[in-house]
Amino acid sequence: MLYTNVVKSDFKFLLTPYNNLMNFKFLIVILCIAFLSSCKQDMYLHKVEGKQINISDSIKQSTEIEAFIKPYREHVNNNLDSILAYAVDTYSKTDGEYNTAIGNMMADAVYQESNPIFKSRTGKDIDMVLLNHGGIRAIISKGNISKRTAYEVMPFDNSVVVVELKGQQVKELVNYLVKAKRAHPISKLKITLDKDTLLQSAFVNDKPIDVNKTYFVATNDYLYNGGDRMNFFKTNDSLYVLDYKIRNVLIDYFSETDTLRPVIDNRFIQLKN
Amino acid sequence: MKRREFIQQTAAASALIGLSGIGLQSFSTTSKTITILHTNDVHSHIDSFGPNDGRNPNQGGVARRATLIESIRKNNPNTLLLDAGDIFQGTPYFNYYGGELEFKLMSMLKYDLATIGNHDFDNGIDGLYAQLPHAKFDFVSANYDFTNTILDTHVKPYKTFIKGGIKIGVFGLGIELHGLVDKKMYKETVYLDPTETAQEMSRILKEDEKCDLIICLSHLGYNYRNRPEKISDLKLAGKTKDIDLFIGGHTHTFLKKPTVVKNLEGKNTLVNQVGCYGINLGRIDFHFDADKNKAANGTSIIV
Repeated sequence: MLYTNVVKSDFKFLLTPYNNLMNFKFLIVILCIAFLSSCKQDMYLHKVEGKQINISDSIKQSTEIEAFIKPYREHVNNNLDSILAYAVDTYSKTDGEYNTAIGNMMADAVYQESNPIFKSRTGKDIDMVLLNHGGIRAIISKGNISKRTAYEVMPFDNSVVVVELKGQQVKELVNYLVKAKRAHPISKLKITLDKDTLLQSAFVNDKPIDVNKTYFVATNDYLYNGGDRMNFFKTNDSLYVLDYKIRNVLIDYFSETDTLRPVIDNRFIQLKN
Repeated sequence: MKRREFIQQTAAASALIGLSGIGLQSFSTTSKTITILHTNDVHSHIDSFGPNDGRNPNQGGVARRATLIESIRKNNPNTLLLDAGDIFQGTPYFNYYGGELEFKLMSMLKYDLATIGNHDFDNGIDGLYAQLPHAKFDFVSANYDFTNTILDTHVKPYKTFIKGGIKIGVFGLGIELHGLVDKKMYKETVYLDPTETAQEMSRILKEDEKCDLIICLSHLGYNYRNRPEKISDLKLAGKTKDIDLFIGGHTHTFLKKPTVVKNLEGKNTLVNQVGCYGINLGRIDFHFDADKNKAANGTSIIV
């Protein structure tokens, strides 16, 4: 009984001043908030200055940031520059009229690398390949070929798609190429123009185009989505997305090919007489 | 008891006097500057361009940007660093590390906030989500509804900051993804009308959040001359009010200086974008003063 009382009174004794202290602190806090908020209301925006600062080599590099990037950079560079193949010559998309060695190599690589994937998923074969001339973004220089070459030739992340087209659409595709007169990369399609640049013959897989048949045309998603006005892809029976970047096609092709020696051939030509 | 109360009251009163003294001294003479630094479309350009680059030799680079930002912050701690999207894609760093290095470096540079560009979906919405742990800064987007995606709750419509007693509200806007990004990349992200969203955001930030400064962090693009129906930062600035600054991206627009645009109420506002690849840093200084007379003739904009 006594014990409890002592505790109680002790507690009370302790509590009272503490409470007062709390009230006092609370008052100060309230006052501060009142002042701060009144201060905030008293700030007026009177001037805005805008400019642009160029990040030039006159600015010193942060050593901390530079040191942090270094191992990443070294890994990327070592990997990019590891040699995958050798090119016997320099190849440019401007060497050749209706077909180019570099374009032929790219279209053939898309067929060679994509067809096993397509076949394993669908049980069917790709009939032909069409890419775009503008999609070749750099030359291939004579000498060692690395992943960096693939990044230069194909910096974009476009991927392989296979589009099922009716024979009629394939004929439209051929007419597009005949009119365009550009060396759009093709594979397993053979087009011959007469001396007046009119279509003389077109073969897919060495056979004439059959309007009663459907064809599996491998291309990139840029063209499938209407790039370069290749509108014949719009009317299609089905689309197969391979999730396979064109750049990775090239990297895989370079890895499997010891020596690159692509040639200009007769897949798209104009007869001179 | 009475004596104690008396002492208490006296103490409070003297504290009040003391405080008001401090208040008058510090506040009447105080001016505050809020510095907004911004980048856009850096596109994984971590290293500076080489000396033989055909367009931008010896320009850009995160390590240089870091030095510049640090020196600006040293002069004015009331600084915010923002990015208007397309952090990803453009160099092999992205292909090798999926954006990890970009986010880690931005965190080291103490970025405060970023919005999402179309290329930030290049490894899919899952690829963006996977890199979020590397970002010590937040993302805002008010017109991408991520409710039915993995990004739900990870991206807020806006964020507010208090710097030097000034409240700053920043909201994000993204470009229409349909036709620009494969649906399988952005999945169930729903695009909402940027104009309506911006009008709602400016109201919330002004009236509910009571912000002193409102910034729109946009990846809509600066202007589309050949497509007048397409929403852009310039158009949006004219259709909204109470927004002090539009920081843009997407169109890789290099401006000689920020653009002054009349908003819905006929008041001047700023639209800025700093090209791409980390070649430039945008800097907008907002000067506040306790002296109302300084703002009597409105806000002067110097560009």
